[in-house]
Amino acid sequence: MASLTVTDEQVRSTPTKVIQPAWVRVMHWINALAMILMILSGWQIYNASPLFGFSFPREYTLGGWLGGGLLWHFAAMWLLMINGLAYLITGFATGRFRKKLLPITPSGVLHDVRAALTFKLGHDDLTVYNYVQRLLYAGIIVVGVLIVLSGLGMWKPVQLYYLVMLFGDYPTARYVHFFCMAAICVFLVIHVLLALLVPKSLRAMIIGR
Amino acid sequence: MAKRSFLIPGVDKRLLIKDAIKTMPDFTRRRFIAGGASLGALTLLTGCDVVDSSSADTLLSQVSKFNDAVQAFIFNPDALAPTFPESAITKPFPFNAYYDLDDAPDVDGKDWKLEVRGLVDNKKSWTLDELYKLPQVTQITRHICVEGWSAIGSWTGTPLRDFLKLIGADTRAKYVWFQCADKDGYNSPLDMRSALHPQTQMTFKYANEILPRAYGFPMKIRVPTKLGFKNPKYVVSMEVTNDYKGGYWEDQGYNSFSGS
Repeated sequence: MASLTVTDEQVRSTPTKVIQPAWVRVMHWINALAMILMILSGWQIYNASPLFGFSFPREYTLGGWLGGGLLWHFAAMWLLMINGLAYLITGFATGRFRKKLLPITPSGVLHDVRAALTFKLGHDDLTVYNYVQRLLYAGIIVVGVLIVLSGLGMWKPVQLYYLVMLFGDYPTARYVHFFCMAAICVFLVIHVLLALLVPKSLRAMIIGR
Repeated sequence: MAKRSFLIPGVDKRLLIKDAIKTMPDFTRRRFIAGGASLGALTLLTGCDVVDSSSADTLLSQVSKFNDAVQAFIFNPDALAPTFPESAITKPFPFNAYYDLDDAPDVDGKDWKLEVRGLVDNKKSWTLDELYKLPQVTQITRHICVEGWSAIGSWTGTPLRDFLKLIGADTRAKYVWFQCADKDGYNSPLDMRSALHPQTQMTFKYANEILPRAYGFPMKIRVPTKLGFKNPKYVVSMEVTNDYKGGYWEDQGYNSFSGS
């Protein structure tokens, strides 16, 4: 009768390697929650004084009325900002941004966009981002920074005057804030769609591998 | 690294390996639960429990109080609101209230008196003529509404801090609380540091003309470091107080500090 021995190393190495480390997963889902709260409450606030000739449907807004929407917005902003700041610091400190998102070359992006549109873009190794992913993920970080800066500027146009100046003036900061939201919504749709098309990427963001 | 030995007599190796594989989802599951638990705690923190909406409301109002403290902390009494040239003035400057212009208070300037109460040495009431004799300054600043829109206007009047000094107000008190002639009794508290801000003004004129009814005749409090609803119009009394007496919009859920 043979005895079977399993080492800890074997247990640990048997599953495939970690694609998304725990900190990325935790911060990703906190960010997802915070973003959705910010968008839905932001739509409520937008509806109080629309910038364009449309309003967001009431059933897709948070807070019930302007005052409620503002309470949600200025509560969820802490979640978004603290989590976002922690993400930026960890991303730079661990070298993850450099390793995962760089380089982004125009030829690489063009190549991968063409491949994606002809459904030839492979996802064999989820630990390596293709150029479309790099561009989208790096781009959305920039948009995330812009939406927070324009939002802070609108929140404190006197105390944080230099932030408003960055965008020109208060009304411009409002437009920047709106278009960043629009960009995040477009990203969200593409991002969720692609995650559903490549379910193992969704699994990696939940259980890490 | 310690070796864990599993001695299982009479068991097929292949089946054993299958069983071992079965334990792996459990391994990953435990990791997931550990991650999920923090997400669960987060859900509590954000008041996401929409089933019990009153607990979410309580939490949101607590965060709003926290935001009051944060805003008071970052408020710089010397930071001035940007000023603009006359050419930048928004024309027409919007009338804005929770009622139509027809329902705006129609105050008779001859009968009107500003009542002064609370922690002040001189509680005498002030007629409009008396107030008009005080030194006045003009500011062209941006009015920012809680709704998001903004408009640039020209306001002329007496800095509130000069008036507070004149009446011997205790400027260590926490608030100046304004009551207004609007229907349903508009009122609003102003924290003392904002009340003493150099641009905070008892406004008697708009665009160099006596303040029209639409903009709050006979007196408005212009606070360019606050959102519009903290700029009360048709003011009838001010009270220097340490008590938080609430306000028309503040009581309904607008953030009380609402500083800009």
